Amino acid sequence: MITTNLEMIPGKRIKTHLGLVQGSSVRAKHVGRDLMAGLKNIFGGELKGYTELLQESREEAISRMIEQAQSIGANAVLNVRFSTSTIAQGAAELFAYGTAVIMEE
Amino acid sequence: MADIIVLILLLATGYFFGRMAEKRHYKSILQREKKYQKLTVVASKFPPAFKNTHDTELVMGSVVVSVDYFKRFVASLRNLIGGRVRTYETLVDRARREAILRMKEEAARLGARMIFNIKLETASISKNQRNNNVGSVEVLAYGTAIIPPRAD
Repeated sequence: MITTNLEMIPGKRIKTHLGLVQGSSVRAKHVGRDLMAGLKNIFGGELKGYTELLQESREEAISRMIEQAQSIGANAVLNVRFSTSTIAQGAAELFAYGTAVIMEE
Repeated sequence: MADIIVLILLLATGYFFGRMAEKRHYKSILQREKKYQKLTVVASKFPPAFKNTHDTELVMGSVVVSVDYFKRFVASLRNLIGGRVRTYETLVDRARREAILRMKEEAARLGARMIFNIKLETASISKNQRNNNVGSVEVLAYGTAIIPPRAD
């Protein structure tokens, strides 16, 4: 499965467009990480716990998107975009979407 | 009285540790930016036509950075009179450059020479609704790494 945020893949041609595929994941931070982040809010600097958390959930969102693309028979996802939104206090939604296509091998 | 002492203590620790952390961070950013200078990052959507097929791979880098207590205090004072909030400018600048560097690191590991269509996304992560100021920001940088075929 090829994922890219370009609208094409150099040197390959698109055979069929299959439409939009998407994946999302909602994660909450756990108390320990929140506590550490509270301390970091005084000293400043990177919040490693949050970076990891968001990274993990973003990967989860991508893998869900890829799963959906595979289930409709695509072999590439083009023009992938990400978006992040805070939906509730302490929970964030990570969202990935793109166009599923069948590429020429 | 005790409140004021605590506030001053928090401001002082925030000021010293925050400054130290920022200096160290900028130093490492400059160092790594020099290291990955060869890896071109382009905002264009259309890669040049190559003679042979290149592999493409989605690469990304993200970072969550928080401001220190002192800077947040200064920014809240700024809110009264308006104008440039310098203390937050460095925060966002650091976060963005760090995110781009992490993306480049991933691309370099894959053996890429260029990254196309780079997008940056900033989201503010507020710990609670009560003090809904900037606090910490997350920056995500992503793009498509173009990996030339191995010459063998």
